[in-house]
Amino acid sequence: MTLPPLAWHALMAFIVLNAILGLVAYVTLLERKFAARMQSRIGPYYVGRPHGWLQPIADALKLMLKEDVVPTSADRGVYNLAPIVFLVPCILIYATIPFAPELGVADLNIGVLFFLAVSSLEIVGLFMGGWGSNNKYALLSAMRAVNQIISYDLPFIFAALVPVLLAGSLQMSAIVAAQQGLWFVAYPVFGQLAFVAFVVATLAAENRVPFDILEAESELVAGFRVEYSGMKFALIQLGEYAHMLGTSFLGALLFLGGWLGPGPAWLGPLWFLVKAVLVFLLVTWVRWSFVRIRVDQILAISWKLLVPASILLLLATGLWVATRGAGAG
Amino acid sequence: MLDVNNTTRVEMDWSGPERLQMNMGPQHPSAHGVFRAIVTLEGETVVAVDAVIGYLHRCHEKLSETLTYAQYPSIASKTDYVAAMTSEFAYVLAAEEIGKFEVPKRAQYLRVIVAELQRIASHLLWLGTWCMDMGGALGGGATIFLYCIRERELVLDLFESLVGARLLYGFFQVGGTRYDIPDGWAQACRETIALIDSRIDEYEQMLEDNAFFLARTQGVGTVSRELAQDVGIAGPLLRGSGVDFDIRKNVPYSSYGDFDFTVPVETAGDCYARYKVRMAEFRQAIAIVRQALDKLPAGPISSRPALKSVAQIRIPKGEAYGRVEGPRGEVGSYIISDGSAKPYRMKWRGASFSNLSILPLIIPGHKVADVVAIMGSVDPVFGEVDR
Repeated sequence: MTLPPLAWHALMAFIVLNAILGLVAYVTLLERKFAARMQSRIGPYYVGRPHGWLQPIADALKLMLKEDVVPTSADRGVYNLAPIVFLVPCILIYATIPFAPELGVADLNIGVLFFLAVSSLEIVGLFMGGWGSNNKYALLSAMRAVNQIISYDLPFIFAALVPVLLAGSLQMSAIVAAQQGLWFVAYPVFGQLAFVAFVVATLAAENRVPFDILEAESELVAGFRVEYSGMKFALIQLGEYAHMLGTSFLGALLFLGGWLGPGPAWLGPLWFLVKAVLVFLLVTWVRWSFVRIRVDQILAISWKLLVPASILLLLATGLWVATRGAGAG
Repeated sequence: MLDVNNTTRVEMDWSGPERLQMNMGPQHPSAHGVFRAIVTLEGETVVAVDAVIGYLHRCHEKLSETLTYAQYPSIASKTDYVAAMTSEFAYVLAAEEIGKFEVPKRAQYLRVIVAELQRIASHLLWLGTWCMDMGGALGGGATIFLYCIRERELVLDLFESLVGARLLYGFFQVGGTRYDIPDGWAQACRETIALIDSRIDEYEQMLEDNAFFLARTQGVGTVSRELAQDVGIAGPLLRGSGVDFDIRKNVPYSSYGDFDFTVPVETAGDCYARYKVRMAEFRQAIAIVRQALDKLPAGPISSRPALKSVAQIRIPKGEAYGRVEGPRGEVGSYIISDGSAKPYRMKWRGASFSNLSILPLIIPGHKVADVVAIMGSVDPVFGEVDR
């Protein structure tokens, strides 16, 4: 049976969207269990034995049943639209991720560029939420968000471009194919430095501790989402975790060889998932170990260290590739 | 030198950079209780703080005039509920001084043991909540917080087996203590403090080897030696600013002279210095408890006859001030007795109240995120501030 291309894409998009939503729900459970282990707790346990496997579903149900409170002085249009504007780019980034050769919504020839461009769009929703809430905490948080995301998108993009240069292609499947011999995380010097820069920038782009000054609940209560409740809050939360998982997929794809791994080819998507979850757990591990740093320190780290270093790294990689030729080392 | 006008609110016709006034509290995740700080911001920078207290006022001093010397110690613990033993201690010291009551050696040692265990428990709660202020309830701060709570639980277990209560004890009594230690308690206590001793090394490794922690604490909220003495702060804040003053050493009470311990002093005066002082105090407190357990003499635990009625303890006319070094600084109780079974007037000196007055003087100029770091390093307990 052959489907017309448009119907095929639509079917894939439907499958991926639902798979991602389910996956995101269970990634939250994974994070909670992981954090609980770090803190010598048990974590979710009673909602669905064993080990609280129904907890994400219970959370979602609870949020759906919550009253939707809208502040009287909020800018209603902006306030109501913000969670959707925030969520859409966070889900859209999965469009270009191939989960195995020929398995994905669309393997664009500018896949990485599309991912980076769309993933920075979340800031619009963030700022709308912070502004529309008409709350001082939310406003401060929105200001911080703009500061931080602009500062950290640059090193994020530069770090992500290093594997692109090494592979000589912006197409995600081509980047994975170029890692047949050697995963880029093992690529001498360039690959490793780029991976470190990528993880740090990822932390900031995803607003995780130590870079979670947006949320900063000890001073800004909950930041830009302080006025959101019920399903709108759930959408923001969903978007945040979808973005985090999407970036983990990107990291696994750019640096950890995507679906490459021992065993038959059909194990590929599983390998990919395992690697993405490992990147996610790395980020989570950092999150639950550090204290938050201050806004001026965050900007200083970005502009004084990460941006120059990643530009230099990108230039050096370019020189190296120019002399050696693209492809695996 | 002190710019007291710094605390005034922003004027209506202000023509400088745009300012924003923001409430932190009375219901706010960073306040360790009900405290309202009206901060005026220029962007992220705080230019003025207006501190509003009084949300937890419970008429403690008036209440003490209606309760007898036998009843009030267990109410005194409710002033500073994080270090309940300390305030009971100050109250009975003042009453004993007016009445010239002897306290048996065993009771004195027991008092020292519980006071130092209380210091450990209080500092553990401080470390946890302070790190949570800086690290977030969904981040590394919560990790430290849960570790600290885990250890504090052990100390509370000790108190529970001693007096039956976990937070507000009523252990002290004019003339001695109300309870003696049960069988096996000394051994359990030794094991607990040995465990906590080893865990404190872990916290230090987690925090002091952490560049982000150092970036958040070093050079933040500096209190100069002069300012510290001007404002009259006490306890770890004062010692973090280079003033070597500890009532346990300078005005020894309840046999503190018998024990060998040092008073940690840091000169930097910033949040990190206060952290270092408190971490050293953990170790000193553990050392004191060990010595007191080793030397614990046999004998009675009270010089007074057993209580048969609440009005049994009568104190001659007079007045006295009982002062102890609590986890947060000097805790004092001034009692005026008219010869009846109740004080004529009683005044609390709460360490947190004096310490809190430093906030409007040191916060301006810092970022919003530093407000919570500084407030956490002051370690206020609002039950003691408002009383």
